[in-house]
Amino acid sequence: MQTVKMVITGPFSAGKTEFIRTISEIDVVSTERKITSDAERIKDQTTVAMDFGRITVDDDLVLYLFGTPGQKRFDFMWEILSEGMLGFIVIVDSSRPETFREARGILDTFRGYADTPYVIAANKQDHEDAWAPEDLRIALKIGAAIKVLPCVANDKETVKSVLLELLYSILETMDLESQ
Amino acid sequence: MALKGNLHDFSITQLLNLIHLARKTGTLAIDSKSAATRVSFREGKLVYATTGAADSRLVGLLIKVGKITPDQGRRIPENKTDRELAGMLVQAGLLTKIELDQMVRNNIKEAMDRLFALTDGIFRFEPNILPEDRLWAEPPVNLDSIIMEGTRRLKESEKLQEELPNLEVILRFTDRPDARLRNVNLSVDEWRVVSYINPKNSIRQIAQANGMSEFQIRKIIYGMLQAGLVEVIQPISVPVPAVAAARAAAAAKSFPSADVKRSVVNRLIDRIKRI
Repeated sequence: MQTVKMVITGPFSAGKTEFIRTISEIDVVSTERKITSDAERIKDQTTVAMDFGRITVDDDLVLYLFGTPGQKRFDFMWEILSEGMLGFIVIVDSSRPETFREARGILDTFRGYADTPYVIAANKQDHEDAWAPEDLRIALKIGAAIKVLPCVANDKETVKSVLLELLYSILETMDLESQ
Repeated sequence: MALKGNLHDFSITQLLNLIHLARKTGTLAIDSKSAATRVSFREGKLVYATTGAADSRLVGLLIKVGKITPDQGRRIPENKTDRELAGMLVQAGLLTKIELDQMVRNNIKEAMDRLFALTDGIFRFEPNILPEDRLWAEPPVNLDSIIMEGTRRLKESEKLQEELPNLEVILRFTDRPDARLRNVNLSVDEWRVVSYINPKNSIRQIAQANGMSEFQIRKIIYGMLQAGLVEVIQPISVPVPAVAAARAAAAAKSFPSADVKRSVVNRLIDRIKRI
């Protein structure tokens, strides 16, 4: 049995758990706890260790999705989760520009862990205050070669589209490396 | 799609950079404790700006520069748009087009000067909304010079450190066709930095060659990045501590993705398409 892993990361409350929940075939193994910090009390619960989802391809191949904890004090988990990943997705709450700088920092940290392909998911595109993906690209200083994709984490089709785009980027990287 | 936020999280230079690079048309409204500012853009260039309680209508500008008295201003019918009034004044030989244009540009400059002093305030960009009844700068004002001017006033070194954490990266000039150094008013120090930008020099080396402090070089490079004149060609990455780097290297050696074949990725693609 071969297993491959993708990491879903991003700032606190960006929609990582929801993203995995939408696409996983098993109930997401979530390690959520009640939030104790007032500063981060924009939702009731947050992931403290990781989220874990699974997509079985066939008897020989399984894709695991790991969601990183959003709160900064759990960032020691990030590197452990990133080991052996095929690629990663940075989920950004497009309606909260106050989190963009943190998203950029998380992206840089993950790029430091491994030189693997990644995409940016501009989440909450159904929100009236959401910034357009192309505006987000400029705000986060993302180069033209990296995909910034519209996403609504509880909409299966957009989640599928983000995962597929990451896989296409992985194929493109493989092609470049083989040349 | 509206662009909303707070200047505390997304600075005015970052906003102008976004409008500039995305070539946006519309009006940026900024409401702070001290003033309400409205700045309008056409295809990423400035056409109009007003701030505070100052009367930004043409009548107000004419009174401000002493072309007419407040009493004469009151006698001008309010239903005349600025464009209609400007046309009448030029036709009557009371003002030249050059004088009018200078007035509009000075007004924009004053508004932008005040805007750069703001560090807090709610902003909202309304696409495709322009003050059709007001006089616009013709031709529109390029934002790269304005962004450079704004970043010259930055005094907070912490913010610069956040924006440009790593001085070991190298830079190159952008290949945007509208980015033209000769159109931007650069200071002597900025030109000295420009002369060292090439793939052989890191930002730190450029600073050393010019005898500049980290704050000075960050400020200059940040301005050029925001104005879209240069770009980083090595990632600005957070330095990974030595222990973490060693562990990451070890992990990379046993990196399963190195063993993942094209066929595996294609199977994943097929599976996800079927979900």
